[in-house]
Amino acid sequence: MNWQPTASIQALKARACLYQQLRAFFHARGVLEVETPALSQAGNTDPQISSFSVNTPQGLRYLHTSPEYPMKRLLAAGSGDIYQLCKVWRQDEAGRKHNPEFTMLEYYRVGFTYQQLMQEVTELLHLVLPQLTTEPRILSYRQAFLEILGLDPHQASIEQLKACAQQQQLDVQGELSQQAWLDLLFTHCIEASFPNDRLTFICHYPAKQAALARVRLEEGQWVAERFEVYLGPLELGNGYQEQTDAAQLERVLVADAKQQTQALPLDLRFIAAVQAGLPFSAGIALGVDRILLCRLQAKQLPSLLSFAWELA
Amino acid sequence: MPSYSTNEFRSGLKLMIDGDPYTIVENEFVKPGKGQAFNRVRVKNLKTGRTVEKTWKSGDSVEAADVVDREMEYLYKEGDDYYFMATDGSFEQVAAPATSMEDAVKWLRGNEVCVVTLWNEVPLTVTPPNFVELKIVETDPGLKGDTASGGTKPAILETGAVVKVPLYMNQDEVLRIDTRTGEYISRVK
Repeated sequence: MNWQPTASIQALKARACLYQQLRAFFHARGVLEVETPALSQAGNTDPQISSFSVNTPQGLRYLHTSPEYPMKRLLAAGSGDIYQLCKVWRQDEAGRKHNPEFTMLEYYRVGFTYQQLMQEVTELLHLVLPQLTTEPRILSYRQAFLEILGLDPHQASIEQLKACAQQQQLDVQGELSQQAWLDLLFTHCIEASFPNDRLTFICHYPAKQAALARVRLEEGQWVAERFEVYLGPLELGNGYQEQTDAAQLERVLVADAKQQTQALPLDLRFIAAVQAGLPFSAGIALGVDRILLCRLQAKQLPSLLSFAWELA
Repeated sequence: MPSYSTNEFRSGLKLMIDGDPYTIVENEFVKPGKGQAFNRVRVKNLKTGRTVEKTWKSGDSVEAADVVDREMEYLYKEGDDYYFMATDGSFEQVAAPATSMEDAVKWLRGNEVCVVTLWNEVPLTVTPPNFVELKIVETDPGLKGDTASGGTKPAILETGAVVKVPLYMNQDEVLRIDTRTGEYISRVK
């Protein structure tokens, strides 16, 4: 029987040291550490994320895929700046860079623009990844496509995207939507071009991918005030200028829920909190296991978990 | 025919793609922060031996290939066919066409237990044992005492294969060969 841990003792110590640094960073900046429930009555309606459900005597509950909804309820209740370091769960996400159970650092800064948050995330990541010495590169989703693939993601037709994928020698089985073609080109070609010695920030995703971020008109195009931060091809985090318009958020949740294969209860308490007033804020979710992966320059995420999914 | 969801993808899984049987060499799950997840997979065509990369949307299903590996003993050759018999006591026999044999023919003389990969019960490929012992039928006379110089010379084996052997080896001596590399391992006394 294989009972031994997946991670080395050295990796466990490195994780503990990372957590201390993260907590010290937020303590120094007056950001409050909070906890929110992992088992919720509402599920995440994002059509690309699949929640685990648990039978309880009080009915079906969902393991959170991020602590986003309840943390925003705290913001609406006047908590001020908050962070949480917690385990989250996503079904069907397993591989070299994924584990269905993983650790997330989620934090919110009241009054911050997303540009200010990008600056602070840079300071945080430069602190815990001392190998980073060069300033990050910030570019828009559109710029990234133009630079690497020579096409405008907001204008390209399915045929053009398909032709581009063929040119890149990508062999795709099955039909894809326009957004899925963009996702394919982004994950297979664009991410691979990011440098390993500095952070890359990608911002202004298509408005369709805004999720719970605000949208704005940029060069005649509706884009999301959303960014992702990468080190090399590895995505480390996803940040928003938080959408504070309750009606808009409800529309997103309802539209997303319709795309789910199973009926998911919407988080109406979250909507109610935003109706009551979510302060102007920016927030981000960072993958802590991936930060550790970069810090130790390891190859496989499961090698940093005390017990990987198969041995849990 | 059953099918596999991409969630079940792992190395060694056999799939049908465009009418050909494939085996998964490597499977990688990729997902943008928000958006479509993919399985980026290196697959080997079991008919041609070529390895290519293909991408599926995560959650899609792919038809399974009816491919099984069976341990079978090599019996004899007749015409272009090589006959094998199951070692599980069933005495079932199959005829493997020369195209499925590839390099295996170089190492087989009879009675070796091979792995025959069957697709819809028809032999697709034959993998010889990792190690075989074969006699030298022709080589330059051995240099007595030369066990240290490290030089090699070609030797023709009883199956017709040619391998490099140390200079001191002689005709009629038996060698142990690693069939995966085609290299001489040791002399068999």
